[in-house]
Amino acid sequence: MSTNNSAAGSPNVRQTAAELATGDRTDTLLQTEDLRKEFGGFTATDDVDFSVAEGELRCLIGPNGAGKSTLLNLVTGTYDASGGSIYYDGHDVTDLDPHERVRKGISMKFQVPSVYGDLTVRENARLPIQRFADGEERRRRVDEAIEAAGLAGYEHVDASQLSHGQQQQLEIGMAAALEPDLLLLDEPVAGLDVAEREAIAERVTRLNEERGIAFVVIEHDTDFVASIADEVTVLHNGDIFREGPIEDIESDPEVQRIYLGGEQ
Amino acid sequence: MATEASGAGPADAGGQSTLASLRRRFEGPNTVGNSRGFWIGFLVAVVALAAYPLVVGSYQASRFSLFLVYAFLGLSLSVVWGYAGVLSFGQVVFFGVAGYTFGVVSVNFATPAGITGAFLVGVVGGAVMAFVLGYFMFYGGVRDVYVTIITLVSTLVLHTFMAQTAGDEWTIGEAALGGFNGMPTIPNLAFGVGGASITFSSTTFYYLVLGLLVATYLGLRALVNSDYGRVMVAVREDEDRTRMFGYDVERVKLAVFTLGGALAGLSGVLYAAWGNYMSPGVFELTFASLPVIWVSVGGRKTLLGAVTATVGIEFLRNSLGGELAFVIVGALLLVFILGLPGGIVPWVHETYVEMRGDGTQPEPPEATTEVSD
Repeated sequence: MSTNNSAAGSPNVRQTAAELATGDRTDTLLQTEDLRKEFGGFTATDDVDFSVAEGELRCLIGPNGAGKSTLLNLVTGTYDASGGSIYYDGHDVTDLDPHERVRKGISMKFQVPSVYGDLTVRENARLPIQRFADGEERRRRVDEAIEAAGLAGYEHVDASQLSHGQQQQLEIGMAAALEPDLLLLDEPVAGLDVAEREAIAERVTRLNEERGIAFVVIEHDTDFVASIADEVTVLHNGDIFREGPIEDIESDPEVQRIYLGGEQ
Repeated sequence: MATEASGAGPADAGGQSTLASLRRRFEGPNTVGNSRGFWIGFLVAVVALAAYPLVVGSYQASRFSLFLVYAFLGLSLSVVWGYAGVLSFGQVVFFGVAGYTFGVVSVNFATPAGITGAFLVGVVGGAVMAFVLGYFMFYGGVRDVYVTIITLVSTLVLHTFMAQTAGDEWTIGEAALGGFNGMPTIPNLAFGVGGASITFSSTTFYYLVLGLLVATYLGLRALVNSDYGRVMVAVREDEDRTRMFGYDVERVKLAVFTLGGALAGLSGVLYAAWGNYMSPGVFELTFASLPVIWVSVGGRKTLLGAVTATVGIEFLRNSLGGELAFVIVGALLLVFILGLPGGIVPWVHETYVEMRGDGTQPEPPEATTEVSD
């Protein structure tokens, strides 16, 4: 499957703190500096420097407890950082509330599907859009979101009646309806069958290619990862362990060792 | 003849279109009763309630108006808990603060204009109290059961505080708070200035409360079916998800909590004017639990459930009287939580929809959706 991976052609997208402080834009969309999160005595992310370029499609992998979800929750502001900084589009967003970060262009789909079961697909799709669009524009955008989620014909079905895979697609469609520049997906294909995985992969790559949305996707399934992204970041013990093309990562004995355990 | 017919047609169609447009404002997935049949039943119920004093006399009407007064308190919890997901045991705080505020101001300014002002100050007092408490809770990161605990503790603190206000030092102008004995001689509700005023007692008070209740119910129906109402429900269902759509969840919760405080305050002011009396009993745990019981039994996600269950349970409780009434109300709560956790009104609605056999909403969600998109 083809990918639109602008970062693959620009291996170093990080900027200096001075560049970030002055707001000088390059193609870096997201960058974390020494980002740390502690829960009591446990360090979930340990001074992580992580970056994503505009339009990039990057996957984040690592064993359970590596800090992947924590990193994304720090980026969205769901968790407050214990230390370090987060820069988005050249601006320090570390102290912004989650909804303010969303309004700047970051959105996230959580691991567990959380569509609004009592509402229809159309009402679900309307919720993110009604914040910024009204009247005919709102109607058009809702239609587009349903179409983008592959749920045309299901408009008046309660979201609780959808399959797990369709709920995942609806949620991605709702997040994409915000027209973010960066969309974070936490295990979007967990628990899905092969056909549903392929459908999600197709949606993600289409959104990336056609709308230029940058993605960070947490996923364990390396086949799925290989199908959507060239560039992969491996997280381990709360820090970046490896970064590179999926082929190199898959064949890296150190990566295999941390996944299989017993490295210490 | 033909001219008449052709002339009546568009006018009639225009009238129906206006009516349909009006109906759509009050209908949607967040309320039960989105059909013509419901509105006919609603109209019949309002007419029956309007005729009630004529049938039973002013004494019974005055007694019944208390149950209608409580319905505002039930609605306040329905909005806060049922629609925004904040389980509060503190609605009686706003009820009591508003009632006492109305009492203090109206006793000191016992003219129609003064009492009108006391009414407004009382309702605003309830809202301000809710705003202050809500601000520190929601922006302080307090969530879920801890909100319930804090609101419950606030109720008990108010009870303890008001119970010790028997001394002269707790006299504000002409108004003595009175400790456990409470504050008597609160005047009847009046609106207006000087000669251009109306005082509400027994039957007139009943009609005032009924009118306010119908207006409040319709206003809340319009609110919960609006864009903002959908955000309220989204907050109830999943706060983190709603934040990821760019909504300021804390602000939404604070706004709804403040609205709930105003509604509870309205209930408290009407309660004080109804009985001409306020006491710390309104902050007792038993009274604080009643709104939770009303709303649970009626169905917390329906405004109609809050109103009907509040009036029904209070009518039952008042008719039975004594300790037995509380035992029965407690048993009702257990039965409905175990047997009908969604409440009686949603159950009746679902049963009705199933009996229709089509398994769909009774009428026009499609029209509603298309227009409000």
